[in-house]
Amino acid sequence: MSKPSNTSLYMERQKRKRELTYYLVSFFMMLLLTGLSFAAVAMKGIEKHFTAFFIVTLAVIQVAFQLYYFMHLKDKNHGMPALFIYSGAFVAFITVLAFVSIVWIS
Amino acid sequence: MSVNAESLMQPNQKNGLFSWLKTWLTTVDHKKIAVLYLFGGGLFFLIGGIEAMLIRLQLTAPENHFLTGSAYNQVLTMHGTTMIFFVAMPMIFAFMNAVVPLQIGARDVAFPFVNALGFWLFFLGGIILNLSWFLGGAPEAGWTAYAPLSTEYLGRGMDFYVLGLQVAGAGTLMGGINFLVTIINMRAPGMTFMRMPLFTWTAFVTSALILFAFPALTVGLFEIFFDRLFGGNFFNATNGGNSIIFEHIFWIFGHPEVYILILPSFGILSEVISTFSKKRLFGYHSMVFATILIGFLAFMVWVHHMFTVGLGPIANTIFALATMAIAVPTGIKIFNWIFTMWGGQIRFTTANLYAVSFIPTFVMGGVTGVMLAIPAADFQFQDSYFVVAHFHYVIVGGVILGLFAGLYYWWPKMFGRCLNETLGKINFWFFFIGFHVTFFPQHFLGLMGMPRRYFTYLPGEHLTTLNVVSSIGAIGMAIGVITLVVNIVYTFVKGEKAEGDAWGTGRTLEWSIPSPAPEYNFAQTPLVKGIDTYWKEKMDGNKKVTAAEPLGDVHMPSPSIMPFLMSISLTIVSFGFIFSDKGVHRTVSFAVAGIGIAMMLGCMLVRSIKDDSGFHIHKEEIIETEKGMSK
Ligand code: HEM
Ligand SMILES: [Cu+2]
Repeated sequence: MSKPSNTSLYMERQKRKRELTYYLVSFFMMLLLTGLSFAAVAMKGIEKHFTAFFIVTLAVIQVAFQLYYFMHLKDKNHGMPALFIYSGAFVAFITVLAFVSIVWIS
Repeated sequence: MSVNAESLMQPNQKNGLFSWLKTWLTTVDHKKIAVLYLFGGGLFFLIGGIEAMLIRLQLTAPENHFLTGSAYNQVLTMHGTTMIFFVAMPMIFAFMNAVVPLQIGARDVAFPFVNALGFWLFFLGGIILNLSWFLGGAPEAGWTAYAPLSTEYLGRGMDFYVLGLQVAGAGTLMGGINFLVTIINMRAPGMTFMRMPLFTWTAFVTSALILFAFPALTVGLFEIFFDRLFGGNFFNATNGGNSIIFEHIFWIFGHPEVYILILPSFGILSEVISTFSKKRLFGYHSMVFATILIGFLAFMVWVHHMFTVGLGPIANTIFALATMAIAVPTGIKIFNWIFTMWGGQIRFTTANLYAVSFIPTFVMGGVTGVMLAIPAADFQFQDSYFVVAHFHYVIVGGVILGLFAGLYYWWPKMFGRCLNETLGKINFWFFFIGFHVTFFPQHFLGLMGMPRRYFTYLPGEHLTTLNVVSSIGAIGMAIGVITLVVNIVYTFVKGEKAEGDAWGTGRTLEWSIPSPAPEYNFAQTPLVKGIDTYWKEKMDGNKKVTAAEPLGDVHMPSPSIMPFLMSISLTIVSFGFIFSDKGVHRTVSFAVAGIGIAMMLGCMLVRSIKDDSGFHIHKEEIIETEKGMSK
């Protein structure tokens, strides 16, 4: 019957603290990215295509943050979900690619 | 939470039609659901088979007037749709249900309730589709239902197609997800991925393909649905739609679908050949690798069905190369089966006859596949009988021969009796020879210019002789199938009782328990020590597989009528929409659909509120049952 040693308690606390920092950092990143997207759309003088490209990129980054930090994909034992998410993303990607590239008779 | 001793009894021991019906309508046991899938699929197989005979009858003579125009198109469409969605798919689910939990040492699938729901959706989807015969005519746009033909030019039959497939497709998707979760999470201790039997591996990859492919079908069907019933313009070119998109969507689903069908047959073959060669499967690791690679490539080849659409030489070349690449992992498998037999003590039971005959037959289908994958050549083959020959060689000569091998192989495990071998061999030879006589000439009919999906040809075209040969072959296949039905009836009446290890050379866990498997499958969860665990234990001189847990009470899910009621609700919704062509009845039919949706939501509500934590089978009962069963 040994009490958890001081070191392990300390380690545990450190870990929680780190987690919390991660959460906060990614939360503010989200706010920032969302703000940037709105700004990009609101700003005049930027080419339309560039804006579109820019906000889609930001959206992809946000999804990654969501999945990895808020939905724990970065944690251990999440290999299977990650595999299926990536396969799904891959299938969706080639589908969309086909629709934008080879639907019209050339 | 009380003991449910009743549930341990065989259904035929209970008396009365009502309780028999109740058992089957409410079951959530994967073994019973397997039986339901088997007989559901079997029923549609007979219907689809009759349709096939009608097609052959029409084509036996030039300018025949037996089945012409729209009637021919309906029979043809229903034959294809039925065989793919309501025969091959449920048969695969039958074996996945019957075998996968037993092979991984589990007591059930991950979601027994969803499993039952999947079956009832499939079955009622098939009923919806087939009721079209009596309610104004069947769909007639081919199993591919290309737009704008399916959206703008045809009648109510197409609505039956869309909604029947939508309901059945939802069931299939649920089944796929269920098996993914089951195989990932419910393997017995020691059953690592690389120790899983090959049938379980193929079930796993097939389920993943279902997960990714079926949503495409769902979307495509929804778009047809909206175009037809609500004036959508997805595929209407005059209003800015694009019908090529439907072809893409259909084949993004359709090509993976053909691999969804063939992979489990590959798995069955791997089990049957190794059991009856009394040898470990040759090249297990390469088999697993090939299965995964085929699954992956399956999503990158769909344009080979669209070479003649005119997508340009670059797209055609890329997809042609990707298509030919699939022949490589497939070849690996073929060689591994042959090497498994090499030097083995081969026993030609009916199951093994089917398995061995699969190999050359499927290779022929693969060869014509690679021929079709050459775009320049495909411009000649496209929409000719050559394509018909190709896909029947891979689907009948591949999928169906594999499923029949599985049927004879696992029948004793499913029903506790062995199918009769003499009748089995008659069944096999008629079906196998009949098959080749039917479909081999079709290659040449295609090369001679006979187009696909036409209801007749002219006397002077030299097509008559080969068509007559083809129809004679079809009679052979029909005799084979009738023999199978006779065999099944005979076996139920006076078949031989099967041992637990029915073939004496069983290698995987399902053979380590009694036949038929008791309700709780494994009295104790087994400890898996390697590939072919049961064989390993037998070689170590053990009669039983080492247990991973002490004997104890087993928790079971309770039966439920909800899956059936939910499926009925969706059937009502479907009929509401089917009869909602623009007109006076529109409000009425939308009201019917609304009632169905309300029923569905009600069922879901009841299901979420009602607290049902299942029941326990007690240790004493298990000991009692195990004593009474054949070893
Ligand atoms: C080596 C493997 C294979 C290759 C290279 C291959 C190639 C092809 C090609 C190029 C076509 C299009 C022909 C045309 O319409 O002009 C085709 C059609 C077809 N294949 Fe395969 N195939 C292979 C295996 C399979 C398998 C395993 C199945 C099913 C289990 C299958 C089922 C079908 C079906 C159903 C069609 C006709 C679809 C339709 O138009 O209705 N194929 N195949
Ligand atoms: Cu294909």
